[in-house]
Amino acid sequence: MSASAIIFYLIAAFLLGAGLLAVTARKIFRAAIWLLLSLVGIAALYFWMEVEFVAAVQIIVYVGGIVILIIFSIFLTQQSGEKMPKPPLQRTIFSVLAALFGLAFAYNLIAGYGFAESNDQPFKVAVSDIGTQMLSTTAHGFILPFEVVSMLLLAAMIGCIVIAMKSNQTNIAAPQNREEN
Amino acid sequence: MNGVPLTHILFVSTALFFIGMYGLFTRRNMITMLMSIELMLNSVNINFVAFNKYLFPAKLDGIFFTIFIITIAAAEAAVAIAIIINLYRSHQSIDVDDATEMKF
Repeated sequence: MSASAIIFYLIAAFLLGAGLLAVTARKIFRAAIWLLLSLVGIAALYFWMEVEFVAAVQIIVYVGGIVILIIFSIFLTQQSGEKMPKPPLQRTIFSVLAALFGLAFAYNLIAGYGFAESNDQPFKVAVSDIGTQMLSTTAHGFILPFEVVSMLLLAAMIGCIVIAMKSNQTNIAAPQNREEN
Repeated sequence: MNGVPLTHILFVSTALFFIGMYGLFTRRNMITMLMSIELMLNSVNINFVAFNKYLFPAKLDGIFFTIFIITIAAAEAAVAIAIIINLYRSHQSIDVDDATEMKF
């Protein structure tokens, strides 16, 4: 077993363990921290697969953005030191059974498929190639989804402001809202 | 390639997906359910990058799918947290069992 393979199995064990603790921790703040560690493990897996750009995006967007947002909303909505109630035993048993059945089913399919791996050329992801193909208007360019997703982000931003706005402050908040658009 | 076959990476991402599914089934707090959904989305991203690296190394399509999924997940998390905060204002709780007005 090469050093690269050992590193892969270490990363895999780390991210699966952190993910498992993120969904089972009784204190919600600890669950958020375990989720953060699991996302860092996934970024490490991207580094291991030599896609540095996606790893950097993963760290910036998930670790720096979404987890911080989740921690803020935990502070805004509840006491973070309190333990969450345990799920009923029946629900736990059936959830474990469903997850294990799904895992066994998918494992069986993946193990039996026989992927034709092509090792003929190295996998090089240059950031300039990503940028060129992202903004290219030819047949293999991604300019249309890029524009659509930018509209989606704008719509989500305005939607968040409107949803989270306090209703009794609507008249005060409306001019600010128009400015930010 | 690195001594690790593609199937092992797929096993890791499958296990992470079903960990997220288990969390979605057992949790009743909306923030922890959102965290489980983030885990599931991330496992799908690992799949896309692994397929791109092992099966089609000359192309970049898996990378683009991963980037777009990350973008949409960020938008989804922001909207979900806005809804959670609004729900907390009206119900003083973010437990899904407490919001039953529209339950038939």
